[in-house]
Amino acid sequence: MQKLYTSISQIVGDVITVEAENIGITELAQVTTRQGTSLAQVIRLDGKKVFLQVFTGSRGISTGDGVRFLGHPMRVATGNMLLGRIFNGSGRPLDNGPELIENLVDIGGPPVNPVKRIIPNKMIRTGIPMIDVFNSLVESQKLPIFSIAGEPYNELLARIATQAEIDIIILGGMGLKYDDYLFFRDTLEEHGALSHSIVFMHTAADPVVECLLVPDISLAVAENFALQGKRVLVLLTDMSNFCDALKEIAITMQQIPSNRGYPGDLYSLLAARYEKAVDFENAGSITILAVTTMPGDDVTHPIPDNTGYITEGQFYLKNGVIEPFGSLSRLKQLVNGKTRDDHRTIMDTMIQLFADYRETQEKQSMGFQMSAWDMKLLKYGKLFEDRMMSLKVNIPLEKALDLGWKILHDCFSPEETGIKRSVIDQYWPDKHEN
Amino acid sequence: MTALSNGRIVKISGNMVTVIFDSPVMQNEVAYIRHGEERLKSEIIRVRGNLAEMQVYEATGGLKIGEEVEFSGELLSVELGPGMLGQIFDGLQNPLPEIARQCGFFLKRGVYIKALSDTGTWDFTPLVKPGDRVRAGDKIGFVEEKIFKHYCMIPFSLQGNYEVVSIENSGKFTIHDAVAQIRDLNGKIVPVFLSQKWPVKIPIQAYAERLKPEEPLVTKMRLIDSLFPVARGGTYCIPGPFGAGKTVLQQLISRHADVDVVVIAACGERAGEIVETLRTFPSIVDPRTNRPLSDRTVIICNTSSMPVAARESSVYTAVTIAEYYRQMGLDVLLLADSTSRWAQAMREMSGRLEEIPGEEAFPAYLESRISSFYERAGLVRLHDSSTGSVTIGGAVSPAGGNFEEPVTQATLKVVGAFHGLSRNRSDARRYPAIDPLISWSKYKSFIDEKQKERGHEILRKGFDIAQMMKVVGEEGTSLSDYVDYLKAEFFDFVYLQQNAFDPVDEATSKERQIYIFDFIYRVMESEFIFEDKDAALHFFQQLRQLFKGWNSLPWQSDEFKGTEKEISAFVIGRSGND
Repeated sequence: MQKLYTSISQIVGDVITVEAENIGITELAQVTTRQGTSLAQVIRLDGKKVFLQVFTGSRGISTGDGVRFLGHPMRVATGNMLLGRIFNGSGRPLDNGPELIENLVDIGGPPVNPVKRIIPNKMIRTGIPMIDVFNSLVESQKLPIFSIAGEPYNELLARIATQAEIDIIILGGMGLKYDDYLFFRDTLEEHGALSHSIVFMHTAADPVVECLLVPDISLAVAENFALQGKRVLVLLTDMSNFCDALKEIAITMQQIPSNRGYPGDLYSLLAARYEKAVDFENAGSITILAVTTMPGDDVTHPIPDNTGYITEGQFYLKNGVIEPFGSLSRLKQLVNGKTRDDHRTIMDTMIQLFADYRETQEKQSMGFQMSAWDMKLLKYGKLFEDRMMSLKVNIPLEKALDLGWKILHDCFSPEETGIKRSVIDQYWPDKHEN
Repeated sequence: MTALSNGRIVKISGNMVTVIFDSPVMQNEVAYIRHGEERLKSEIIRVRGNLAEMQVYEATGGLKIGEEVEFSGELLSVELGPGMLGQIFDGLQNPLPEIARQCGFFLKRGVYIKALSDTGTWDFTPLVKPGDRVRAGDKIGFVEEKIFKHYCMIPFSLQGNYEVVSIENSGKFTIHDAVAQIRDLNGKIVPVFLSQKWPVKIPIQAYAERLKPEEPLVTKMRLIDSLFPVARGGTYCIPGPFGAGKTVLQQLISRHADVDVVVIAACGERAGEIVETLRTFPSIVDPRTNRPLSDRTVIICNTSSMPVAARESSVYTAVTIAEYYRQMGLDVLLLADSTSRWAQAMREMSGRLEEIPGEEAFPAYLESRISSFYERAGLVRLHDSSTGSVTIGGAVSPAGGNFEEPVTQATLKVVGAFHGLSRNRSDARRYPAIDPLISWSKYKSFIDEKQKERGHEILRKGFDIAQMMKVVGEEGTSLSDYVDYLKAEFFDFVYLQQNAFDPVDEATSKERQIYIFDFIYRVMESEFIFEDKDAALHFFQQLRQLFKGWNSLPWQSDEFKGTEKEISAFVIGRSGND
């Protein structure tokens, strides 16, 4: 039934053109070359000309190679069989396991009806005080980790993956170094998290087109689990590689670039992925954490800029810690009122004092004299950095709040913190001695 | 009417298809692509020879060359009539709750549902009698809809004078029942229904004249009303980098603005934001009407992951609905968040059309589109000499927070007020983060002109001194300069900043604003005597604390008056001119 077309008339970049009829846009095809077969996707139709984006790249494709159309768009297998498995960007196994063809779903499915969304209300605990206490992660939130090359963002992601209280983890790797891939695999394995994880891995050596598929595949699988009531955490790293792949393809396709070479629809393309984060009424949820490396630490670069407009806050990872200023979870107010009644007090007070500490630090570096208050702040700042901010700290929220009180107590008198009397009476560590 | 004409797809690129046709088609005509069982709505955006290029309002996956296209002979239109208040539409006016009932969690392509209920009945009361002369836009009767009399009007598209031939008595009618028959000069009879259709890209102009917007529209945000006011029927824009609080500001205004109807166009933004509005508005009571806020709100919701072409039209759908309510003599506020996403939708289509790009690849007609959109705002006098208004507030999301980019610049040329949000202010948690040093308004405030000028002046001065202090330190600043700096900070903290989480402070009435501004003016004009800077700082810190408490006390309550006395005494105690 499936006809074989053998007249490739054009090869530009990773896009080939064949003449064929009755082909649907976004349909999948199989290209058979001397090196083997590759999937390709129809991205443009012009009369009889069919433009196909070849997943493994166009290198080695001959004009006489065969193209067979499959009659359906890109699909991915879903379900519990996937748990513990590792695949590449086209959904082929990388772990010597069997190929999966059960419960296939189309990737890049339709958007959720906004009226079916609910206001997010569940916190995801991570054991990282800078997240749990100061910028709580909320189920169904989409949050990027803004960082620069060289920062331990993958370590952070792996830690959240192994510690977050969540049902299923889906890791989508884009343009990762092979070492990073091994790092993720080993970390998940060591912590016993691999059994409830699924990995879609595109490494830097893989063809660029496959990079584009990773978010869609990961999210399609996640959506399927969420509809079955599972709480899914999708980790994407690194979305900047995804954007750069978009740029590469757009330019090959002779699209007019808008800003620094990126396509004009970068915002919509990113939003289509990030907006898959959702909390379904009476079902599960999808939460997205995505690494975005900022070229040149420039937040106004089109990638972080467009991302920032889409996501619900961001974590800034700088100098190996989650920077309290600039990091923001826009949804934290929805959950941090329901944890422990001193949560917001600790959050506000500690950040305010830390801001004062930074100012004092600046004064100190300019050689101004330090007052007694400045000395207190310096002590506080040091303690805060060592015991709270350091990514080595791994304690549950309640312990972190208690630690917060202890640090405040070690540095200040109750009045100096500006905390309301009633809260002080309840939580100040040595209230019995007073 | 001629039989509907057909065409066939010859080219598909993203959400643009090219169609070959043989009978006449119209620019911006709506067409449906037949794809198996599905019919996908699209709009002609360019015609070349016998090829029409169309933007498809849906995902195009699976479409094939040769598939049939039906041209509808109509421009993209909305249905205007009772039943829109409290509703949530997508960019093409499909009611989203109804789609959810039919399709579940996801939006299904090719599912279109009538905007207004076919079967719902309305209690109609006539206002004219046979023999009366009427013209487009005249009110011939009304139905009760939630908080208003929803007027039934002569179709806006009719030209010239008509005579009422017959009109129904009071009774129950659906939107498809003709409630009147009217006759033009040539004797042609036209039926009038409770609802009518109108093409979204054409302004409704069935009014006597446009008036100059002068009366302030009270938003209850002090910084806006007092320093950068918006006029009823005027326009304003809120550009700001991400995270500066555009959406929160728009939400606050949608809650508190002193208008009859609020139309919210959520255009290409997060779904999560609109969810908050649609889940909370039904339970917030509007103090003006004692009814839920949702009763005065229409939401047009085309969030960022919904099809891009419908995003482009959502803004027009919203403004057309706003104009419709204006025709009833109501004051309408249209909040568009964000016009940048709308402009990006135009850019995407322009790119697909392979048009020669302008700056940052935006199309060359960007400016004219933006200005013709904002020009649809306005205060008008209707034929029955009542007035109605549409005020447009557009959020702008400039790339990188840089106001030099084309969308912000094109918007600034046409709006009457500019509320620029700054990252510095939002980082310092000074909300609303409207930067008073870069914002402006061409409208008149209800605050006394002299007092308002003084307010601007002290802010500028305070900023200059703060800049200087960064270089020379506190030590190098004179005491009088330092006091001016403290005054500016005081003004900022207790007046410009508003706590959105405090039930009283989040909205300040006009009377209260005038009263408090006058009070602060007197503080600013006072000469204080301080021994040193620490004393000055201490004084203003205490004053600020007192004032903040005052801000959260209900207007003219006993506590309010008590605190006022306390503050007055505190100020006079320090003041040198008594």
